[in-house]
Amino acid sequence: MSELTLFLIRVAYLAILWIFVLAALSVIRSDMFGARVTNASAGQPAAPGRGKSPAARAPRRGVPTHVAVTTGSNAGVTVPLSQAPIVIGRGSDAAIILDDDYASTRHARIAVSGDQWFVEDLGSTNGTYIGSVRINQPTAISLGTQVRIGKTILELRK
Amino acid sequence: MSGFTPASSMPVFVHRSRRGAELVLLILALAVGIGAYAAVGLGVQEKMPVDLVGYGTWLVALLVAAHIGVRLMAPYADPVLLPLVAMLNGFGLAVIHRLDLAMKAGDGVFARQQLIWMTIGIVLFLIALFVVPDHRMLQRFTYTAGLAAVVLLILPMLPLIGKEINGARIWINIGPVGFQPGEVAKVLLVICFAGYLAVHRDALALAGRRFVGIDLPRGRDLGPLLMMWVISLAILVLQRDLGSSLLFYGLFVVTLYVATERKGWIVVGGLLFAGGVFAAISLFSHVRVRVLTWLNPFDYYPEPLNGTSSGQLVEGLFGMAWGGMIGRGFGSGEPWRVPYANSDFIIPAIGEELGLTALLALLLCYGLIVERGLRTAIVARDDFGKLLSVGLATSVALQTFVVVGGVTGLIPLTGLTTPFLSYGGSSLVANWVIVALLLRVSDQSRRPLPTAPSDEDLAAEETQIVKLDKGAMTK
Repeated sequence: MSELTLFLIRVAYLAILWIFVLAALSVIRSDMFGARVTNASAGQPAAPGRGKSPAARAPRRGVPTHVAVTTGSNAGVTVPLSQAPIVIGRGSDAAIILDDDYASTRHARIAVSGDQWFVEDLGSTNGTYIGSVRINQPTAISLGTQVRIGKTILELRK
Repeated sequence: MSGFTPASSMPVFVHRSRRGAELVLLILALAVGIGAYAAVGLGVQEKMPVDLVGYGTWLVALLVAAHIGVRLMAPYADPVLLPLVAMLNGFGLAVIHRLDLAMKAGDGVFARQQLIWMTIGIVLFLIALFVVPDHRMLQRFTYTAGLAAVVLLILPMLPLIGKEINGARIWINIGPVGFQPGEVAKVLLVICFAGYLAVHRDALALAGRRFVGIDLPRGRDLGPLLMMWVISLAILVLQRDLGSSLLFYGLFVVTLYVATERKGWIVVGGLLFAGGVFAAISLFSHVRVRVLTWLNPFDYYPEPLNGTSSGQLVEGLFGMAWGGMIGRGFGSGEPWRVPYANSDFIIPAIGEELGLTALLALLLCYGLIVERGLRTAIVARDDFGKLLSVGLATSVALQTFVVVGGVTGLIPLTGLTTPFLSYGGSSLVANWVIVALLLRVSDQSRRPLPTAPSDEDLAAEETQIVKLDKGAMTK
């Protein structure tokens, strides 16, 4: 095979290598700048009933002040939300110590962001459920949303 | 570093799935891998390799399987990681094949074995994605992983199954197959460090006394970690595995620094490292030899001086110098002059035949892998995920730095494989699992947040309804 052919093969191959690298870079670039940015408060479309100002709705929906255990062996336990983030679990360092064989030591956590409350599973064995859905990300909860951990059900109360 | 960031008033990035981009990059990666194989055939044997179609089909099948696996099991995972490692792996296969042809060591014996290991690696990659649907479940195995890592590190020192190769007792024999358990221990130790620090990082950073400007943590917080780390380092030093000791040490310091955000750890780590190196130089002859050949490689070449030879290092440097900017071309160099050109010294072999242009592309790819790993750590929503991806990215970064720095004469030479490129089954398999874990964390962190139970569900229960912000629902 001639010297020239081998040279061309080499240059062509190096070109392929760099095309790959540049393509990877451009994907990274588009990933960085192409991601949709939604500004939660501004991005909300004008839904019906949007006309009502949040303030007008506030008294009706109320602000949760504590989290209560409604079902299970610890039923009746309440913890004020001012202690947020609230860790729920069987461990002695949890804010709500559950006496539930199906709960993990550090099972879930309730935390606030803005004026929205979230429940986040801390990698528990049996999971945290809202309704019948097992959550795997911090999930928004509101007054009365039933959060189930093992045999225990908790909810936010006024 | 906060694991909890679903703010409703903050701008929220909604990542796209990007599986299409991944597919395009994978096709390019295949072009690089199969193209290298064809170029090797043309350059060395002056004809297209006869098994090009079979080889190409196998590679395509492997990567298509990996891609479909990611589509099904981690649809929001990072789109660039898989193509990058696929490219490095495919490229490495071709270079190993080229060295096989040069050494006439049977017909493609190392390349064929490496292809088998790659297949095992991708199968394990898919299994890892399948059995770990949520990376946080790994946190449960913090101490189990630490114990398993120590056991794995001890295995090569046991009689019968342990085996000593080239002065390092880091191999075990499982039937006819040799394996380096240290590579698997690396992944387990990262899980162990991340799991422990995710729970104890506040205590480590805040509780404790201040001593000459550095916050010293309490013994009971640092104790378990330090013990685990001392045990693994002691084992590695006894096995004379310098590269892995360096890797584990760096991993430990970096993870600790990221977890506690205390710069003092870098200082303490650096001082301890300097002290350790000094002690090792004065205590161990094999460390001294490495340092001497690093400082004055040409004193020990071509004739060994006092029984010390630097032939491997110097031949590698000659190779890279001879390769120059665009290399000699596949088949026109003499990379077989370097012993172990297909494992530790694959970088000089590539430098000789494809030159600096190719080496820079490869190093850039390693940089991108590490960047994607750290990026995953930034967007991860939980502490464990952050520390896990930092640890995994650091392990790739350190391994590349130690081996490339070693063969280019920047730091003393210590044996480690170049991730994904080098011949070495244990390392390849472990690195594929690392990629699977990184993709898992990245999938978890880029996936849009699930919506809270729909309004209808709540209305049915006669509870009061709060209109959720659109952003919180679709994030």
